[in-house]
Amino acid sequence: MAKELIRLRDCTMVFDDDVVLNKINLSIKDNEFLTLLGPSGCGKTTTLRIIGGFVKPTSGDVFFNGVRINDVPPHKRTVNTVFQKYALFPHLDVYENIAFGLRINRHEGRRLSKDEIHSRVMEMLEIVSLKGFEHRDVTSLSGGQQQRVAIARALVNRPKVLLLDEPLGALDLRLRKDMQIELKRIQEATGITFVYVTHDQEEALSMSDTVVVMDGGVIQQIGTPEDIYNEPVNAFVADFIGESNIVDGIMIEDGVVEIFGKKFACLDAGFAPNEPVDVVIRPEDVDIVDIKDGMLTGTVTNVTFKGVHYDVIVDFKGFKWLIQTTDYCPVNSRIGIKIDPDGIHVMHKSQYSGMFGDYSSYSAEYEEISDAELEPEETVSEDKLYEA
Amino acid sequence: MKLKYLSAPYIVWMALFVVAPVIIVVVYAFTSAAGEFTFDNFAKMGGYVSVFSRSFLLAIISTAICIIIGYPVAYILSKERARQQRILIMLIMLPMWMNFLLRTYAWMSILENTGLLNRLLTLLGLPAVNIINTPTAIVIGMVYNFLPFMILPIYSVIVKIDRSLIEAAQDLGANAVTVFRRVIFPLSLPGVFSGITMVFVPAVSTFVISQLLGGGANMLLGDLIEMQFLGAAYNPHLGSAIALVMMVIVMICMWLMNKFGAGGEEAVML
Repeated sequence: MAKELIRLRDCTMVFDDDVVLNKINLSIKDNEFLTLLGPSGCGKTTTLRIIGGFVKPTSGDVFFNGVRINDVPPHKRTVNTVFQKYALFPHLDVYENIAFGLRINRHEGRRLSKDEIHSRVMEMLEIVSLKGFEHRDVTSLSGGQQQRVAIARALVNRPKVLLLDEPLGALDLRLRKDMQIELKRIQEATGITFVYVTHDQEEALSMSDTVVVMDGGVIQQIGTPEDIYNEPVNAFVADFIGESNIVDGIMIEDGVVEIFGKKFACLDAGFAPNEPVDVVIRPEDVDIVDIKDGMLTGTVTNVTFKGVHYDVIVDFKGFKWLIQTTDYCPVNSRIGIKIDPDGIHVMHKSQYSGMFGDYSSYSAEYEEISDAELEPEETVSEDKLYEA
Repeated sequence: MKLKYLSAPYIVWMALFVVAPVIIVVVYAFTSAAGEFTFDNFAKMGGYVSVFSRSFLLAIISTAICIIIGYPVAYILSKERARQQRILIMLIMLPMWMNFLLRTYAWMSILENTGLLNRLLTLLGLPAVNIINTPTAIVIGMVYNFLPFMILPIYSVIVKIDRSLIEAAQDLGANAVTVFRRVIFPLSLPGVFSGITMVFVPAVSTFVISQLLGGGANMLLGDLIEMQFLGAAYNPHLGSAIALVMMVIVMICMWLMNKFGAGGEEAVML
C-alpha cells in the first residue's frame, strides 16, 4: 500500500453563504491517479484549488505528507497545476513557458544553471512530443499543442503532485482520446501523483486508479473505476456513471430483491428485512428472451441503432427501461427479459432516489410507478428467478 | 461588398479634416509668402533649437512622471473590487470634465508666489518657493492634466490580464514580486505604450500650459507655432514647417516605441 500524500479533513468551503464543499474527507496516495468526477458545480474544481493553494477552505484542514498546509501559499507548494484553459504566458515562447518554473525557483536548494535548464526543457519537449517547437509563439499552437506545453510547464518542475483541471475539455473527441492515453503514459512514466478533475465519466473510468464521485459539494463515492461502475452506492452515482435503469425495490432478505412485485436473485446483502431500496440494472446486463421465458415482459417503444448495439427502450408498466442489445426487436413487439443476479445492484435509498434512471418521457407514468402500486405480473412464474 | 458604401461618410470626413490639413501644412512649409517653393522655412528653424529641445525635454519628463505616478495607481486600481474600481475611475476622470483652461488657471493660483502653496508653506513656517513661471510649473501642469490619459490605458490592460495567468505563475513558484515582474508587468506594457502616446503627444505640443504656468520665458513648440499663426510674428509658412518637423519627430518616436513594444502588442491581441 502506497503511503498517503495528501489528506483533506472535514474541508468545507462557503462562498457568499453558498456551501460549495461540505465536509470533504479525502486521502490521496503517492503515485496514484485520482479523479474527481462530477457535474459542474459539484465542488470538484474547488477541491483541486484547495490542494493547489489558490483558495483556503472555510473550515477543515489540508495535510501534505502529514504537515498541515492550509496557510502555505501556492508558490511554496510542491504541487503544479495544468489549468483548464492552459493559462500559457502569451508573452513567452514555448521554451520560456516551460522554463518559467525552472528560472525562478531553487531546485534541490540551488539555482539551476543555463545548461541544466536547457536540458530539462528539451527533455520535457521530448516527453510531450513537441520537439522543434521551442521557439514557437504559444498563441500560434493548436489546442492540443498548447495543452502539451501546459503539461510540460508543470511537469518540468518535477512536482510531487500534478493537478489537472479538466485539461482535455477544450479538445475534440479524437484528440481527447489520444491525450488520455498520453496522460496515463506520462503518469506511469514519471510516477507523479495525478489529481484529475473531469465531468466526463468515461475519461474518469479509463484513466484512474481511484475515482471520487462528487455532487452538491459532497463526496458520493470513492472507489476503483470497477467499484464505482459495478457497485454504485446511490442513484446519483449509478446515473452519472454510465447508463442505468434505476427502479424502486424491496429487499426481502439477503440475496432476494423484489422489483415490480417480482422476486429477483441478487448478490447484495446486509440490508434490513423488507427495506425499500433503489435497484440499478445496467442496460447491458439485461438479456432479451422469449416472452414465455421472461422474468418481466414489456413492450418495445423505441429502437435506436448505435453501431455496436441497439438502444432499446422498453415499457414495463409505464416505467421505461433502456436495454442495450445486439438483437433487433421491432417497435411495439412484446419481449421478455432476464437479469442475472450479478446484473442487479441494490442500493440504500438516498436523497437522489426517484430522480434518475427512468427513460420514460412521461413524468405522469413515472409517478405512478414510483408509488409502487403494482398489479401482480401475470406472465412470469416465481421459480424462474432462481434459475439464473 | 455593399457595406463598403457605409464607410463613405468617414472617408469624406477623413479627407476633409485629416488629409487636407496635412497637405495644406506640407504646402505651406515648403513655400514662401510669395508662393514659391523653398527650404527657407526649415533653414530658419535653426534659431529655435532651444525651443525644440525644451519642449521635448519637458514632455519626456512629464511623461516619465505620469508613468511613475500612473502605473501604481492603475495597478492598485485593478486590484480593487469592481464597485470600488468604478467609483475610483470616475474620481480620476472627474477633473477632465472641467474646462481645461479653468483647471490650468486653478494651478496658477495655487503656484503663484502669493498663491495657496506658498501661503500654506508660510503657515507651516517654511520658506516660500518660486515655482510659477518656471519649467517646474509647466511640468506640474502637464502631469496634472495628462495623468488620466496614462492611468486609464494601463488600468484597462492590467484589468484584462487573465487571472489564471497569475495563478499559473504562483503555481510555478513565483512570489508576488516575481509574478509582477515576470507576468503582470510585461503583459501591461502595451497599456504603458498607449499611455505614453496619449501623454507625450499633447505634452510636446501644448501651449496653454506653458503660457499660463511658464510665463513668457519658457517658450515651447506649441507657443512658437501659435505665434506664427495668431501672434505678432505672423508667418504661417514657418509655423507649418515647425509643425511638420515636430510631427515627423513624434512619428519617429512612436514608430521606435511600437517597434520595441511589438512583443507586448501581441500579448494584448490574445
